[in-house]
Amino acid sequence: MDNNYVLQKIRQYFDGFVLGYEELSGILTITVKPVVINDLISYLKKEPEPGFNFLTDICGVHYPDQENELGVVYHLHNMKNNMRIRIKTFVTREYPIVPTITWIYAAANWMERETYDFYGIEFEGHPNLKRILNVEYLDYFPMRKDYAMEDPTREDKDNRYFGR
Amino acid sequence: MTDQNKYTKVAAPEGYSGPGFMATSLDKVVGLARKNSIWPLPFATSCCGIEFMSTMASNYDLGRFGSERLSFSPRQADLLMVMGTIAKKMGPILQQIYEQMAEPRWVIAVGACASSGGIFDTHSVLQGIDRVIPVDVYVPGCPPRPEQILDGVIKIQELVESESLRRRDSQEYKDLLASYGINQVWKKEEPKTIK
Amino acid sequence: MEENKIINPWGDDKNYTTLNLGPTHPATHGIFQNVLTMDGEKIIEAQPTIGYIHRAFEKIAERRPYYQITPLTDRLNYCSAPINNAGWFMTVEKLLGVEIPKRVDYMRIIVMELARITDHLICNSVIGVDSGALTGFTYIFQEREAVYEIYEEISGARLTTNMGRIGGFERDFSATAIKKLKEFLIRFPKKLKEFENLLLRNRIFMDRTINVGGITAEKALNSGFTGPNLRAAGVDYDVRVTDPYCSYQDFDFDVPVGTNGDVYDRFCVRNEEMRQSIKLIQYALDNLPEGNYHADLPDFYLPPKEKVYNNMEALIYHFKIVMGEIDMPKGEVYYAVEGANGELGFYLISDGGRTPFRLHFRRPCFIYYQAYADMIKGGLLSDAILTMSSMNVIAGELDA
Repeated sequence: MDNNYVLQKIRQYFDGFVLGYEELSGILTITVKPVVINDLISYLKKEPEPGFNFLTDICGVHYPDQENELGVVYHLHNMKNNMRIRIKTFVTREYPIVPTITWIYAAANWMERETYDFYGIEFEGHPNLKRILNVEYLDYFPMRKDYAMEDPTREDKDNRYFGR
Repeated sequence: MTDQNKYTKVAAPEGYSGPGFMATSLDKVVGLARKNSIWPLPFATSCCGIEFMSTMASNYDLGRFGSERLSFSPRQADLLMVMGTIAKKMGPILQQIYEQMAEPRWVIAVGACASSGGIFDTHSVLQGIDRVIPVDVYVPGCPPRPEQILDGVIKIQELVESESLRRRDSQEYKDLLASYGINQVWKKEEPKTIK
Repeated sequence: MEENKIINPWGDDKNYTTLNLGPTHPATHGIFQNVLTMDGEKIIEAQPTIGYIHRAFEKIAERRPYYQITPLTDRLNYCSAPINNAGWFMTVEKLLGVEIPKRVDYMRIIVMELARITDHLICNSVIGVDSGALTGFTYIFQEREAVYEIYEEISGARLTTNMGRIGGFERDFSATAIKKLKEFLIRFPKKLKEFENLLLRNRIFMDRTINVGGITAEKALNSGFTGPNLRAAGVDYDVRVTDPYCSYQDFDFDVPVGTNGDVYDRFCVRNEEMRQSIKLIQYALDNLPEGNYHADLPDFYLPPKEKVYNNMEALIYHFKIVMGEIDMPKGEVYYAVEGANGELGFYLISDGGRTPFRLHFRRPCFIYYQAYADMIKGGLLSDAILTMSSMNVIAGELDA
């Protein structure tokens, strides 16, 4: 079983929803529409042939130049055959809603909260979508490219001395 | 029989001594007793906390300086050792801990993150704990070696020795705490009844 | 009394109490808060809150050139900093697509296994402290001092080592470093045996830790567990064996696996892993291949200082590399190493500029701490403390 086989299986069942695919550094990377995330990931987990039984990571990305700016990247892992796959999906800033996968993998709970905290992507159906790492009263999503790294409210550090 | 000359005895304070008596001022004696029996509260958040654990262990032994017994409760602690990064989420909690400490109390900021925010100049890190509580000694380093932490504790000992007994009543101290918004005396709150 | 009765959502008549454990608490080794709803001494529900040491690593990494990110990776799991450094350099080397000499691989394995030993030492001695045995803790810190001396010889720093370069190491292992390593390998197994004699087959310790805080293998896999916590539950997943990196395929070592996933199993798995690490270091030191201690990468590897002071070209390269003016190729890489707590992953997206476009750390502590609230339900409060210390939650890795 290799990347081509998995790609073929995915295109067989989800052809209308796959927006692109490529192989980056040995890992098959597939971009799909957000609506099909639930079906795709539970197919990848439950069927023994793809058999991706482990959710490695969920993270967010922000590409300010694209029309669908905010993205969610899922990394899945098939431990038996040592295969990884990367699934990406993109949403717009005005309507950043992606279905949750906490009912498939319990590990997705806090990972989705972290993505919400950093990028503002809302996961529909998540049991407890609150900020997890930042303070609760923070009113912006800090990892988006619009915001600088430094604290916008501080007034003591003079930028001339800090090389900015 | 141990060789008496090998041990450095604690130096007696200045005073007038004669056969069978010694006269000195009260604050010198109290300072001598206080400086050799400081009970620290280790407020260890991150990497500097591991260097503190090395300082407490047998190789660098903080217990030689009288700080063998750590106090985890602020009410019975003398020295608040803040070691590690303090995030903005943690700032109010640090202020609460400082308010709960009884007088006399000192604060030492160990590490670059506690002194000034360290390498993390971001939206979520407090740029130095002296934004929320007054600090006596800063120990720079990332993380500082145990010898540096011990040097910081020795400087605190010098401060403790020479502290006036009525510091808590002086106007300067009261103004300092007021500028941070810290209540000087911890008041017991009335318990709320739930209907 | 009627007016003091707490109305609880379970609708029954019991009077539950709410206990706030943390964020500053001597028994929780780190800064996290748990609000527990308790029925006497039994825990009914737990609500964790984290983020008290959130330092926004991923945001900082988008502003820094690749060499300046190494000190950040140090501070993720600060008890075993060389593993994080080596993992980051291997990620960048995968992005560049370079071949690394064998000697560098073996040197990296020596350093990473030393780091794994130090991390497991802290975790096991802290399990001892939390179950009432403080002696082991004081014995163990002497061994950490011996490893700190080796780190200082190799990289110059004790705890946050910032060890290595893209393509290898900044200097070869000096004769003093090799001598200290050999002394460590003779002295440490005896000290480990002393520590084991205190706790491993101690009846009191076993009574306090067996069947406490257990988790089944299926639940552990579903919750994203990796590392010693998963292996104690019965699943033998180790990144060094499944997906070998850095010449681990040349080495012959066992992967210890437990059965129940409780505190005692985690203690035993970590203990045995330390023994396996000693074996690995011994083999790597005995068979250290000849060769260069760095790859031939003039664009990314800082030139030696004598050349920088005498040669114009070396000076220009030094300046460009330190200021981060060298462009990296475009690409996306996910690289995983076996950290002391589990699979530490680096997901790097590079758009060709001098800083990463996106760098995400897959932190094992963050992912497996989610299951903590479930693991302590129905147990006693003291057992909850012991479970937390046996899971080895490091605050730097939890909040990043």
